Amino acid sequence: MFTRFFFLLREKGVPCTITEWLSFLEALNGGFLQTSLNHLYYVGRAFLVKNEAYYDMFDEAFREYFGGIEEIPIDLDRVLEWLADPCHLPPLTEEEMREVMERLGHVKDLLELEKEFLKRLNEQRERHDGGSRWVGTGGTSPFGAYGLHPFGIRVGGESWAQSAVKVAEERRFRNYRNDLILDTRHIKVALKRLRELKREGAMEELDLDETIDKTAREGGEIELVFKRSRENTTRLLLFMDVGGSMVPYAHLCERLFSAASQMEHFKEFRHFYFHNCIYQDLYDDMANVKRIPTDWVLSNFDERYKVIIVGDARMAPSELFEPYGAIDYFYRNEVPGIEWLRRLKERFPSSLWLNPTPKLYWSHPTVEAIGSIFPMFELTLDGLNESIRCLLSKGRRKNFT
Amino acid sequence: MAVVAFESRRRIRSFTKNYTTIDGRSRLDYNYAQFFTYGGEMGAHLYAGSDEYVVSRPLMEIVNVAIALGKPLLIKGEPGTGKTLLAHSIAKALGKRLIVWNIKSTTKAKDGLYIYDTVQRLNDARFGDKDISDIRRYIRLGKLGQAFVSEEQVVLLIDEIDKADIEFPNDLLNELDEMSFYIPETDELIVAKHRPIVVITSNSEKELPDAFLRRCIFHYIEFPDEAMMERIVRVHFPDIEERLLREAIKKFYMIRAMDSLKKKPSTSELLDWIKALMIGGISPERVASEIPFAGTLLKNEFDVEKIGNLGKGKPAYVRFRS
Repeated sequence: MFTRFFFLLREKGVPCTITEWLSFLEALNGGFLQTSLNHLYYVGRAFLVKNEAYYDMFDEAFREYFGGIEEIPIDLDRVLEWLADPCHLPPLTEEEMREVMERLGHVKDLLELEKEFLKRLNEQRERHDGGSRWVGTGGTSPFGAYGLHPFGIRVGGESWAQSAVKVAEERRFRNYRNDLILDTRHIKVALKRLRELKREGAMEELDLDETIDKTAREGGEIELVFKRSRENTTRLLLFMDVGGSMVPYAHLCERLFSAASQMEHFKEFRHFYFHNCIYQDLYDDMANVKRIPTDWVLSNFDERYKVIIVGDARMAPSELFEPYGAIDYFYRNEVPGIEWLRRLKERFPSSLWLNPTPKLYWSHPTVEAIGSIFPMFELTLDGLNESIRCLLSKGRRKNFT
Repeated sequence: MAVVAFESRRRIRSFTKNYTTIDGRSRLDYNYAQFFTYGGEMGAHLYAGSDEYVVSRPLMEIVNVAIALGKPLLIKGEPGTGKTLLAHSIAKALGKRLIVWNIKSTTKAKDGLYIYDTVQRLNDARFGDKDISDIRRYIRLGKLGQAFVSEEQVVLLIDEIDKADIEFPNDLLNELDEMSFYIPETDELIVAKHRPIVVITSNSEKELPDAFLRRCIFHYIEFPDEAMMERIVRVHFPDIEERLLREAIKKFYMIRAMDSLKKKPSTSELLDWIKALMIGGISPERVASEIPFAGTLLKNEFDVEKIGNLGKGKPAYVRFRS
């Protein structure tokens, strides 16, 4: 059953496995799923997709497989008008409830019910509440909303009334995809992986093994031994380009910045701005007014700091390679930008460059030159994840040598 | 031309078709659970939301399937979408005891099973006034263990599982699968008397291991849309003035749409804010033109500053330098 749907899901990139598929089928065969598309959509998704990043791909597959099934156009606006501002069904006592149930309790064929619904829609001219025949609210008619009928047709109310295929077509989860531009939440998840736990700080954790060992040695006299608790030791420096060509990406950089500054887990986080390329000065503010000498940064932060530089790395070649090449007329740099970048890389071995422009546009002399100094990644979720893996593995390799 | 979809044209399977009910009233829900059987004996276990918790229909169905199949339910979603409250609501609606296991960064999987209090035993051994030969006295069951030995079925909430070490979920695989674990110190096998209903929440601070995910049923709670939010607010403030509600919700979503906020306000902040507005007797007109009590909505002074201008009819100027 639906086996092609399984392969379609995998084709679309949903990493669902046979185990998951089997338990989905088990639920299906066990009669736990209702035979409705809505149920198949939501519950099936709960079984087969384990990350909201894949919801969109599931939607695509679902639409492709189940699209075009069972939809009948009717004049919904008119019906919804009757259903707006519902009158609620008064709470029933158990006895009343039983009575209603008995009255309504015969199972109708759904097809027949549908036909009847369409027929009644054609006949009905106005609003009806609380009754048992017309489309309305708060009653026991099989048609309408906010009422009570065991096998009725519900119109409007919640998203459930929308067909699953429609929901899938909306593709509401587009923004959760991993390969699209990311939001603050995504960035935070990615940055969190930078955590490095090391034993630092005060001796306040009881070292049980050591305590038992010592106590036994002392012949039963209890000797408590403490050790340092684990702490996050990640130190991060963020350099951001706020030059003219970065304006289209300001929004994206803003998110990265706001995510990074919200990270409470970093031992230290500092950020600096630059314009186009890094020369002898960095800036503390976006308006590039408060100068901080790059040399000061180089001498005050050590190699334990991880460095992320964000910029499009795209400029006139002279701005990067030549002395006095800076774009600002009154700014004179004796040392070319590329040299400053090399110094940064030397000082901070775990450093990398995030580029908000798509990889497609990276064939440019300055982008390539900078890419040969710093590992360069796209500023997308995949790129960010990859870059963080790179930062972490760098750190580890250094420990071996 | 609008389109309405019929749930299905296929055959009706037993009693499980399109009901026209549920409006969040407990009385009805109770009746609903009583009258609709769900594949035989499961009728008594049907979850349909509780008094103070508005559950979306998809989530409700998923909860019921998870309970029926005895699978752990993994819930993700933005802060303030009611992940933790869901477990409370299930426990309340089904009349079961709730056991909460709060996960911290230092929590180990074993802590949930049992704790062998070696230090206490060592201490008792030193003074020799207690019987230390019975190791059982020093073994205390953790939250998972308590859920297993309970005489009746319980709801077990494993809250914020992503806070723990990355290997933590993997260490629980077997225990959650078989619902049993072994205590080597006493040579005892603890087997669940009744499979607990397990609800796990995650803030996706870390990716969870695949093996763990395969065993769960997963649902991502979207941030409620305006209509849903209206229902939620009404549950908490049944006699709120219509216009105040509308203005407040409109403002709320306007603020949430701003990307540069350090912390976006969530449902609980909205509820606090509306409460403040109601107690303060603020008129809807004032809410429309400014943001009174912004401090309840936003917990960060920069954010408060940023939205300061928003209410005065000017768009807030929050941009990068160009």
